[in-house]
Amino acid sequence: MAQAKDKKEKMVQQTAPETAEKLDEKEYSILNLGPTHPATHGVFQNILKMDGEIIVDSEPTIGFIHRAFEKLSERRPYNQITPITDRLNYCSSPINNIGWHMTVEKLIDTKIPKRVQYMRIIIMELARIADHLVCNSVIGVDAGALTGFVYVFEEREKIYEIYESICGARLTTNIDRIGGFERDWSDVTWAKLRKFMKDFPAVLKEFEKLLVRNRIFMDRTIGAGPISADRALNYGFTGPNLRAAGVDYDVRVMNPYCSYEEFTFDIPVGTHGDTYDRFMVREHEIWASYSIIQQAIDKIDKMPEKDFHGNVPDFYLPPKEEVYNNMEALIYHFKIVMGETNIPKGEIYHAVEGANGELGFYLVSDGGRTPYRLHYRRPCFIYYQAYPEMIRGNMLSDAIVTLSSLNVIAGELDA
Amino acid sequence: MSIEVEKSNIQVVNSPAGIEGPGFFATSVDKVIGMARKNSIWPLPFATSCCGIEFMATMAAHYDMGRFGAERLSFSPRQADLLMVMGTIAKKMAPILRQVYMQMAEPRWVLSMGACASSGGIFDTYSVLQGIDRVIPVDVYVPGCPPRPEQVLDGILKIQELIQKESIRRRDTPQYKALLAEYGIE
Amino acid sequence: MEDILPVIESKLRETFGDAIVSAEMSKDFPVFTIKKDKIIDVVKFLYDEPEMQFRFLTDLCGIHFPDNKGQELGVIYHLHNLRRNWRIRLRIFFALNDSVVPTLTTVFSTANWMERETYDFFGITFKGHPNMKRILNVDDLGGFPMLKEFPLEDPTRTDKNDSMFGR
Repeated sequence: MAQAKDKKEKMVQQTAPETAEKLDEKEYSILNLGPTHPATHGVFQNILKMDGEIIVDSEPTIGFIHRAFEKLSERRPYNQITPITDRLNYCSSPINNIGWHMTVEKLIDTKIPKRVQYMRIIIMELARIADHLVCNSVIGVDAGALTGFVYVFEEREKIYEIYESICGARLTTNIDRIGGFERDWSDVTWAKLRKFMKDFPAVLKEFEKLLVRNRIFMDRTIGAGPISADRALNYGFTGPNLRAAGVDYDVRVMNPYCSYEEFTFDIPVGTHGDTYDRFMVREHEIWASYSIIQQAIDKIDKMPEKDFHGNVPDFYLPPKEEVYNNMEALIYHFKIVMGETNIPKGEIYHAVEGANGELGFYLVSDGGRTPYRLHYRRPCFIYYQAYPEMIRGNMLSDAIVTLSSLNVIAGELDA
Repeated sequence: MSIEVEKSNIQVVNSPAGIEGPGFFATSVDKVIGMARKNSIWPLPFATSCCGIEFMATMAAHYDMGRFGAERLSFSPRQADLLMVMGTIAKKMAPILRQVYMQMAEPRWVLSMGACASSGGIFDTYSVLQGIDRVIPVDVYVPGCPPRPEQVLDGILKIQELIQKESIRRRDTPQYKALLAEYGIE
Repeated sequence: MEDILPVIESKLRETFGDAIVSAEMSKDFPVFTIKKDKIIDVVKFLYDEPEMQFRFLTDLCGIHFPDNKGQELGVIYHLHNLRRNWRIRLRIFFALNDSVVPTLTTVFSTANWMERETYDFFGITFKGHPNMKRILNVDDLGGFPMLKEFPLEDPTRTDKNDSMFGR
């Protein structure tokens, strides 16, 4: 140590005054946490300015998967926009689909029967569980705990099987239609759902035993990437990231939609807004979603009626028997499939509680068959701006764990 | 006395055609190397969007890509054999994809997973590259949006067939050189 | 929920007078159209005023009406008062050749990327923004994609067979 100091002083004496000044300054190294990196789950780039292992500043670049959703939505009729909304937050696509349908139903002022609303709630909460399972297990993977990931993905497979029996697809579901579900749920779906509800708590408890009070995990994540409630609100945070910072804002409670006001559930709130808080908030939200699904199943079991869609003949496909026998149904079928139904003029903003926060749809309609302007209020895009502020002063490994605990989904970031 | 030995149900890879005798087995070098290569692929998961999540499900315990030998994922292009492009490639990302492909050492294969990587998918827009074969040569295309894990495994099996049949000095053949020249690589 | 449009409208009109061009209800949102140069003062007023306290910017986006000559471009702000659960929408409209808007980043840090996205899509520059660059598209795109005249599909493609797809 003493040798190096002497050497440096000699160098300083031998060089010209201007350069000698610079030698005393700290030299920062630039690290490119590039778009293709095992730790970035999705394509976004961060250029980090580091002082050894500590991060001094960072500059994010996004747009590597910009697919022009908003421009594409202006070209497609209303029922064809659902596959586009799928690909926003693709870990929990049913929430996006149902949120979009609720936006259109709000614009055309239609009433949806209670049973359909409860079924929608079951699907949305299953999607929320699926997304939180991915996020939490990936926080474990980034801290080095690969076991939890494999156990938890088996539960995701069971959720995929439930979606598949309803709509035919696993990931990008295109589930639900404007007005309700496309067909009533079969006995297979109900059996799979009940089996999932029976087996899930044991698996989740096992996952929790692995990580929640694990000394190593707690040391890695407590204090990593904190943000205060004030800054979080100023940055427009919503969802689990905001609740981890201490603000109990949940769109399901603040602006209830789809009969959420009839359900009782807890909103977990953290204190410091660091990675451990975000992990724990998501963990408790999985339990809250589980209890909501249980309540919804109990409510549906008590209902004698078996309706699965509302009365929206302009947007909801009539059953095939009527199409072949009834002139009106034939015309409606033709207009819906060819995308020639017009939506009333108006502008509307509707928000749902996505897995990452408030997912909003701002729809401006000029009375045509496609939206005039559809803007998606994407929570990932809005809270990722705060990432440089959150990791300033942290070490590189903490920055990686923070990034995965924010649950940034590239599809929602760039849209 | 006879000891009941349970018949083992471990599946081993079939040995290639060759001449067998006590203590030796003779076959051509291509076949042995092809067999070794195809059962130990090191994939580079270039996951950009939704197909990446289906890939995670394929690697997980239910569909297990590891049983085909592709257990060890390599995120460094120099150490990877198979570039699996999963998800939409936007025009902003295309130069990066090309650079990753150029950094891969021979032998290398490319699997394009999903509709977006194969042809642009449902995103026929100004910002999406309409298929990665506009910038890099592709060996196997797996259609789907996203493809089911079984389809991805089928794609991997087809890559394995390609690897088995390929000559070990593919990089020197004139057809390969012409193909890369078309893309402006090297 | 009490009728919030008259409450907010009266407060705004007594402070800003004729900078408030119009105030109406659109489904369940009070919507105010403001003059472009007064928008930051209005938002700051709604932020600081103890009875208003709109401390959350939900969304900021642009819009293009090519048929409204003189008022083609617009920026839409969604504000939210979390304490009383009031949501409002503010709109400003201006001409294509007058598309410089004061930045909201002094009030809300979240407006940073939202304004960059609006610039990227519509060409609306925000004066005073710390980093006015494109965010989602490539830097050399040459045009602003969300304007109505910009084509959706890539015009340089040569492989689409129009005779088969009946364009």
